[in-house]
Amino acid sequence: MNDGSPHELSAAYALDALDGDELEAYETHLAGCERCREEVASFRETASTLAYDVDLRAPPETLEHRILAAARAERPNVVPLRQRVAIPAAALSAAAAVAAIALGIWAVHLSNSLDRQKSIRKDQKALIDILSDCSKTPTSGSSGAVCVAPTEKAVLIADSLPAASPDKTYEAWVIVGNSVQPAGLFRGGAGRKYILLTEPVRAPAKVAVTLEKRGGVPAPTSAILLQAQVRPS
Amino acid sequence: MSGRGEGGVISLRGRRTGQSRTTARELAHLSDEAVVALVERSDEQALAELYRRFGRLAYGLAFRILRDDALAQDAVQEAFLGVWRAAGRFTAERAKPSTWLLTLVHRRAVDLVRREERRRTEPLQPETAPAGAEAADEAELATQRQAIREALRRLPAEQREAIELAYYGGYTQSELAERLGQPLGTIKSRMFTGLARLRQDLGEDAHARFGPA
Repeated sequence: MNDGSPHELSAAYALDALDGDELEAYETHLAGCERCREEVASFRETASTLAYDVDLRAPPETLEHRILAAARAERPNVVPLRQRVAIPAAALSAAAAVAAIALGIWAVHLSNSLDRQKSIRKDQKALIDILSDCSKTPTSGSSGAVCVAPTEKAVLIADSLPAASPDKTYEAWVIVGNSVQPAGLFRGGAGRKYILLTEPVRAPAKVAVTLEKRGGVPAPTSAILLQAQVRPS
Repeated sequence: MSGRGEGGVISLRGRRTGQSRTTARELAHLSDEAVVALVERSDEQALAELYRRFGRLAYGLAFRILRDDALAQDAVQEAFLGVWRAAGRFTAERAKPSTWLLTLVHRRAVDLVRREERRRTEPLQPETAPAGAEAADEAELATQRQAIREALRRLPAEQREAIELAYYGGYTQSELAERLGQPLGTIKSRMFTGLARLRQDLGEDAHARFGPA
């Protein structure tokens, strides 16, 4: 419990009790510490239950209209999706479970922790949402593909990229013009890996992968190992 | 957001012909996750449904931290727009929708309270329960409130104090160290131990009560 270990800051972070340099340093640490991210996610869930111990207070009726109007103003061109029929929740999760097994994602992540399973389920659901409705661009350099959903969320599929050594990580990038955004870290390894990109892919854009030092870097420092040029459909 | 991905937008438009909007009635039966999935697809009705489910909780939390109606509204609006905008972040946060939304509300409210410096009239005072019977659909919220309240009560006083001041008061750990006259390490440790204990205490039933819908 000394001040030096970033690991115990997970609780303070989940309570939003860090700011300034402390916050920045911890978020940098988080980017490279999966265990910490899980701990934070779990603490966040506990912390957010504290919200239930406040007076329920009716906000002014105008607030809902204000929010909806602001939302509309932000996306004037986007019309609601084609599949607008409400899907019963049970059907949705059952379909997700079947699809997850079919994709063999479970095997990659299986763990005993309930929290972890919950978070994995969310990741899987996002993966499945994207994979079930996306346009695929094959990668060059190494075998794989990039799948971009109409929401611009994207999954990188990498086939048998050699596992990164413990001091290294693969880092995905979304490149649009001169802008290069880090879009997720992964370890690679035998078999097919699905990586949920943390940045949207807005065509025309390039998705690329480099090998970087553990924890990732803000801008690529090594050669591109795999890439895909995503064109507007 | 506007103007991005024109190709996608055009194709959506084409396919949309003849589709009717989801109705509030249809949405009412969906899980929170499914509602968020629809919000991610720019479904305004789904955003309204999310607000119907969590608006008061969100506003209550923001108001408790900020003690100001206009600021609380701003925090709530930003949080809901955060959900609307940052579809991809949901998975990054690895959380269930209520946690994600309440996290956004909390973060925003805390940012505002720190900026405003208006806050913090003794956040340790417990909120008084509203008078009168709560509506039937609030019974569940009341149960959850009872559970967290009891769990907080079971915490050692100094851990509860650190957690409550941080969460409801928006104090940073450094501010807490100063306010409570304790070394920073002690504050960190109280927050960590207290939150871990709370997590454990809420434990199995929390998975039933607060767990996935």
